[in-house]
Amino acid sequence: MIKSLLSDFARYTKRTMVGTAALGLMAMGSVQAQEDDKGPIKVGILHSLSGTMAVSEKPLKDIITMLIEEQNEKGGINGRKLEPVVVDPASDWPQYAQKARQLINQDEVDVIFGNWTSSSRKAVLPVVEELEVPLFYPVQYEGQESSEYVFYTGAAPNQQSLPAVRYLKEVYGIERWVLAGTDYVFPRTTNKILQAWLKKEGVSEDDIMVNYTPFGHSDWQSIVSRIKEFGAQGKPTAVISTINGDANVPFYKELANQGVEAIDIPVLALSVGEQTLSGIDTEPLVGHMAAWNYFQSIDTEANKAFIKQWREYLGESDRVTSDPMHSHYIGFNMWVEAVKKAGTSNPEAVKDAMPGITVPDLVGGYATMLNNHHITKPVFIGEIQGNGQFSKVWETKGYVAGDAWSSLIPETADLMSDWTEPLECGKYNVATGECEGQERQSAE
Amino acid sequence: MCRQRLARWGYQLIQIVALVALASSAYGADLSETLKELDTRNFRQQIEVAREVAASGHERAPIIVKAIQQGHMYLRASDQRAFIRRDDGPAIDSVSGEEVAEPGQLEPVGINNLVRMKLRDLVARLELQHPNPDKRLAAVENLYGSLSSEEAERVREFAVDETNPQVKAAMRTAVALYKLDAGERAAKIEAIERLSGSLVQKSRNALQAAANDEQADPAVREAAREAFASVQTQLTIYGRLEQLFFGLSLGSVLVLAAIGLAITFGVMGVINMAHGEMIMLGAYTTYVMQLLLPNNIALSLVVAIPAAFLVSGAVGIGIERGVIRFLYGRPLETLLATFGISLILRQVVRTVFGPLNRQVSTPEWMSGEIVFNPAFSVTINRLTIIVFALAVFVGLVLILKRTNLGLWVRAVSQNRSMARAVGVRSEWVDALTFGLGSGVAGLAGVALSQITNVGPNLGQQYIVDSFLVVVFGGAGNLLGTLFAGMSLGILNKLLEPETGAVLAKVLLLVFVILFIQRRPQGLFPQRGRAAES
Repeated sequence: MIKSLLSDFARYTKRTMVGTAALGLMAMGSVQAQEDDKGPIKVGILHSLSGTMAVSEKPLKDIITMLIEEQNEKGGINGRKLEPVVVDPASDWPQYAQKARQLINQDEVDVIFGNWTSSSRKAVLPVVEELEVPLFYPVQYEGQESSEYVFYTGAAPNQQSLPAVRYLKEVYGIERWVLAGTDYVFPRTTNKILQAWLKKEGVSEDDIMVNYTPFGHSDWQSIVSRIKEFGAQGKPTAVISTINGDANVPFYKELANQGVEAIDIPVLALSVGEQTLSGIDTEPLVGHMAAWNYFQSIDTEANKAFIKQWREYLGESDRVTSDPMHSHYIGFNMWVEAVKKAGTSNPEAVKDAMPGITVPDLVGGYATMLNNHHITKPVFIGEIQGNGQFSKVWETKGYVAGDAWSSLIPETADLMSDWTEPLECGKYNVATGECEGQERQSAE
Repeated sequence: MCRQRLARWGYQLIQIVALVALASSAYGADLSETLKELDTRNFRQQIEVAREVAASGHERAPIIVKAIQQGHMYLRASDQRAFIRRDDGPAIDSVSGEEVAEPGQLEPVGINNLVRMKLRDLVARLELQHPNPDKRLAAVENLYGSLSSEEAERVREFAVDETNPQVKAAMRTAVALYKLDAGERAAKIEAIERLSGSLVQKSRNALQAAANDEQADPAVREAAREAFASVQTQLTIYGRLEQLFFGLSLGSVLVLAAIGLAITFGVMGVINMAHGEMIMLGAYTTYVMQLLLPNNIALSLVVAIPAAFLVSGAVGIGIERGVIRFLYGRPLETLLATFGISLILRQVVRTVFGPLNRQVSTPEWMSGEIVFNPAFSVTINRLTIIVFALAVFVGLVLILKRTNLGLWVRAVSQNRSMARAVGVRSEWVDALTFGLGSGVAGLAGVALSQITNVGPNLGQQYIVDSFLVVVFGGAGNLLGTLFAGMSLGILNKLLEPETGAVLAKVLLLVFVILFIQRRPQGLFPQRGRAAES
């Protein structure tokens, strides 16, 4: 009783204090806002350019600088040019937080595009919430998170892993499942959700094999041998792989060597993109699958133009495109539209203008920013081809809306996120009708 | 009895139907109409088309179905006529089998994995009488456990005329599997006898299922149980053998990665943090060789062995002359300096070759596996690496024990001033020794390029393991490195199934730390005056 009173009091005082401060600022603000709106709009890019993540993240930095250049050629936004501010957090998670702070405090950026791993995103989260600048996060992730200042343009689990597993179950009639992943937060959370779904569908414990390996695991002999044994019990078997980055190449090589072909035990990967495949001879892997919301091979005019533009920008004729790049493309265009809509690049105003913004994507449709800061996406299953590309073999009927909280995990089943009025809560419990935290922090 | 007769009638009926179908499709017109239906992205429809073709009994049905399954089917853009073309070979009219010189524009029939999977059984059924015994064997093995009663009868008849003993045995197994599933009591027991002792996975599954079937006849159940138990000990032995092979293979990779370090760190006492990058350079040399010899992967790999040795060796000598020689006797500074070199080398490679992994192909003769029996097989690339590791080890021992260079190396490492006093140019020997160690690391790179990523960070994965092996084996002792690498590999593979890969690695590290606490000199400590000084 006393505790709740205290917290109410604290919240009240915080509100009023912020409110008063805001009132005071508003007087100067109107002057300042006009001054703010002169000069270039600064765009922060927070991707590792050195260390282990450089392989994955450098193309994302390049895509944003390319889009900024293009936007500037069109005359910028609202008559103002864009200026990229690039920092290098060097694949070191705490450095992401430091560099984010530097981008906002020193370089005074109005928006940040950045991060790849969940660990780095979790490090940056408190910084952007404290300093109130939106972050666009372009990678498929494990969900179970909602932040007022983060826009998740990558897939949530219900936009990637769940449709993929459903596809294998319904089309292939898979009955036995190997969930193989690298030992960190994305595979563990994803596998937890997948296991919950499989159990709900009546798959018994004995028919699920879960296996975790360290980062960069290179000796897959015994694990592939076990998968082979597990799959030889007479029931159709598939592997859902959340194996990350470099460990994939030796994994696929071992599969090919032990003669595990896609027609015996298909592997469906959730983290293997065109870039990973460029380091492997894909001939023995033909037929293994991946689930994404974009493939380089998607045959639309917009995509062809995008690939051409990307290759010309880098001056390399064989560069591949990938799903997170597509997410950044959508996220950047959404931000541009939001700045136009708000009439200012002020982070707070742009953030509030984001929900509902709709832009064309590269796969033949339109992506919409939802109230929970996730976007709508189609889900594709692609099969590996001999030329290192994926060929789309299946897609969801329509666009799928991203869920912040999984309905399959009991603790989060009743939660939803909505950052627009009147809820303005990232963790709203539908059953109790209460906001369980992550309320809107900024004053009206 | 009645059942068998029925089956025979059924079979005859099928033969008649097949004959009629054959006669009716003599013109092949229907079949080409059917094949036009392949022009679709609806994969289920493609499967239906293939089934129709198979059921037509047309003499080219097996070839056509197989072409669909393997993605060799093309449709002519103008009139949807179906052609078969393998890679860059000539276009063959699928129904008539004639070569067509200028077929016009052909569009491939895009299939997916599901089509390949579903048509595999169909192809197997059609290939039961393929003239090539290997194909027949594969076909029979594919059909284990999925025969219908008519098919089982047919296979039984084929088995009578079969000349190849392997195919014959496989056919009998296939029939036994059918009988165990659907036969009567006597047939079941007979089938169990046939399957007893078979290591084939499907036989084992079937026997186990029969042994656990509560509704089955007790005699059948008992027989199945006995038959199943009879292979259990064999299976355990093969399982252990497989684990041992995995362990040796992991061990040989560790030995390869560490043996260069056993020279630079073990013999010379230099803490070389750039050792991993020497491995990486070897791997990239293999990649470059493949770019130079794109049409002969096997030759490029052979050429890469001396090339990688020279490249890594030369870089090693450069590092020794340029940096390390000024830092002898100052281990901390050597450590920092070589760590810096490691960063520089990685960034250089990233700039020259790009941050993405590079694709190194495996020659044909190194892929696949040697199958000893259905429960035990050995992958050829791993076997090659074990042999390669042993060869490198023997070569290195010979160099150190039998050549003048080896003599000087040992002399300098044991007593530098005495060696100088008798006229050994110790500086020159230092450079060559470091070059030798680095060159051997380059050789490891050639081997690793066959099993893992060729990227700028390749060396980082192996540097810790390499130090672990050298310290565990006893610094300065090549035999120690061999034993340490192999035993750590085997230990890891014994632990892995029980604990998982993550914990196995942790346990191994803890074990080595405890071992070093107890015996700081490692497995094979250096003896004699030199070691004590």
